[in-house]
Amino acid sequence: MPAEYSSLPDQASLWQPNRRRSRQVEGVVRLVCFMFAAISIVTTLGIVLTLIFETFDFFLDPFFRQDLWIDRLPQLLPEASDGQLQAIADQIQAADPKELWAQAEAIGVNPPSRIAGFFHALGRFLTDNRWTPLFQNANFGIFVLISATLLTTTIALAVAVPLGLLIAILLSEYAAPRLRQVLKPILELLAGVPSVVFGYFALLTVTPFLQRFIPFLQGFNALSAGMILGISILPLVASLSEDAINAVPQDLRQGAFAMGATKRETIQGVVIPAALSGIVASVILAMSRAIGETMIVSLAAGQNPQPIDGNFGFINPFIPVMTMTAFIVQVSLGDAAFGSLAYKTIFAVGMALFAMTLTLNIVSYWFVRRFREKYD
Amino acid sequence: MAPSPSEFLNPQPTVADLPGFAGNLPQRYSRDRLFQIAAWAATAIAIAVLSWLLFDIFSQGWGRLDWQFLTSFPSRRPKNAGIVGALAGTFWVMIIVALVSFPVGVGAGLYLEEFSSDNWFTRFIEINISNLAGVPSIIYGLLGLAAFVRILEPITGGRSVLAGALTLSLLVLPIIIVATREALRAVPEGIRLAGLAMGGSRWQVVWDHVLPAAIAGILTGVILALSRAIGETASLITIGALTFVPFTPGCTEDFPYFNPLDLLRCPVDVVQSPFTVMPIQIFNWVSRPQKGFHENAAAAIIVLLIMLVTMNSLAIVLRSRLKQPNI
Repeated sequence: MPAEYSSLPDQASLWQPNRRRSRQVEGVVRLVCFMFAAISIVTTLGIVLTLIFETFDFFLDPFFRQDLWIDRLPQLLPEASDGQLQAIADQIQAADPKELWAQAEAIGVNPPSRIAGFFHALGRFLTDNRWTPLFQNANFGIFVLISATLLTTTIALAVAVPLGLLIAILLSEYAAPRLRQVLKPILELLAGVPSVVFGYFALLTVTPFLQRFIPFLQGFNALSAGMILGISILPLVASLSEDAINAVPQDLRQGAFAMGATKRETIQGVVIPAALSGIVASVILAMSRAIGETMIVSLAAGQNPQPIDGNFGFINPFIPVMTMTAFIVQVSLGDAAFGSLAYKTIFAVGMALFAMTLTLNIVSYWFVRRFREKYD
Repeated sequence: MAPSPSEFLNPQPTVADLPGFAGNLPQRYSRDRLFQIAAWAATAIAIAVLSWLLFDIFSQGWGRLDWQFLTSFPSRRPKNAGIVGALAGTFWVMIIVALVSFPVGVGAGLYLEEFSSDNWFTRFIEINISNLAGVPSIIYGLLGLAAFVRILEPITGGRSVLAGALTLSLLVLPIIIVATREALRAVPEGIRLAGLAMGGSRWQVVWDHVLPAAIAGILTGVILALSRAIGETASLITIGALTFVPFTPGCTEDFPYFNPLDLLRCPVDVVQSPFTVMPIQIFNWVSRPQKGFHENAAAAIIVLLIMLVTMNSLAIVLRSRLKQPNI
């Protein structure tokens, strides 16, 4: 060691990084952050398991076993008169399930099995043409609610897709940069309006306004709910479509201009087809959002499930309907006890809703990947 | 049927075969003008609807907005009703949402961006988060009902502030995680490399250098997430937030009815209290038939919009600070 360094203090008194401690700290931090990241997986699992578990519980509810038994009564007791059958049916319906099964066992009668009850419930869920789960004479036709949801969603898309697409085109092709800087925050403002505010607007402003032109429009209706639903998803369509249009390379436009195409011809013939995958994906996402939207439809579209029958009330935009989300809200506002049939029903409806939106989200994701035009 | 780009770029052998190519120019230009007018009209419609909505709400509610309205509990008579219960509920729920979702969201973002290698598990979490962002909020409400209200009842106390806040935290987590990751990605790699070259551990570099550089972006995302949560109604109705609340959470009985220090003085009273929030109060008033309640709803919407605008302005200020070179 050279002499001039010999005056340095010895190793022990020098500052030493405490590597072991910093490694321990880092290990703890990593673990905590990992756990936080894993919360997202726990959330997904929680959603899926909750919905599946409670939906199964719904289909296994004793109500459906009793209901199936009543359905089978005419076969089981061919000699009984209609009046007798009705009396037995009333007894079965009114009986406490546990006592009923015990009694049946005591007198040696076989009630329908749990599995049979499950499939009976599933059948009623998918094929009933009415939705009256809270009434004495309960019906569980989920397609009543799905048709209302699709009705409001269709109206919403009829508003949001043309408007949103045209706004996206204006922003990306026509508007000067300074104007864009004004328009984009306005769209963000529109996107930030809470849905309950849109619900207020649809019910108390738009419906009375439309009633001036459509006198037979009822106070609750799918039309104004769907239109305002469309306004609420419009920023989503506009901004995602704009992203897709902006991703189209400038060369393609210039190529079209060089061929003598006008601006509109370039947009309609070149830009839109090139951005189509992104645009379609944005529309699908908007559709998924509209299906899951709650407050606008439960405030403005009403609480009246329309039976699926020859009167076609379920596709009438001028009368009150009940969407899937509106039903969940209706039950939640009431006092459904844990474990009651009404309580389980909202999870079964939630399961159908979740399945629909998840499918659409996956389709949208797949669509972008599958049909994206790649420009390198 | 519009030609696809490949058809357009590889036209038919002769120019004359192109449909409409030789068509008269004036007609094509007038179509152009029509199209442009349509695009402007669409934008004008969107702005007009927004203005109509704002005008309608302000003209209905402005007259109702006074000190009595801000400091009264709900009532059967619209003139006596107020929003103090809903304001306090929103205040407490948002405090807890911020306390829960900020560390968890930022931690998850840090893990994905700074601590994890690019393996299947990370990608799985990423796909999972983008899926969660597409789940309707009412489904989160069903999860909250089953998990926080029912299973965790001993902790949350049932349909309480805490159950609502945890539900909303899960709802906004994807937003915060995505914003955090974007903010972290915007920090130049050179800062990390320099820190590591000086002998810092990964965590020391992140804590001392990366996080301070990214914090403005992260906070912007958090504020935007909170402004999403503040207007959220459906999931809280599902977990059973009340619609008529003649009290405020916490242990401050008299004016002004809520005190941030309650969280230290009587935390259990606060978090396990039944509650309502602004959007639910609005929902309740809108769904009543009397006109007086509709005015109350409009006035409450004005208050809610003022909160939202304040939060968003804060986010914009932070975002503009972010644009300045601070490194």
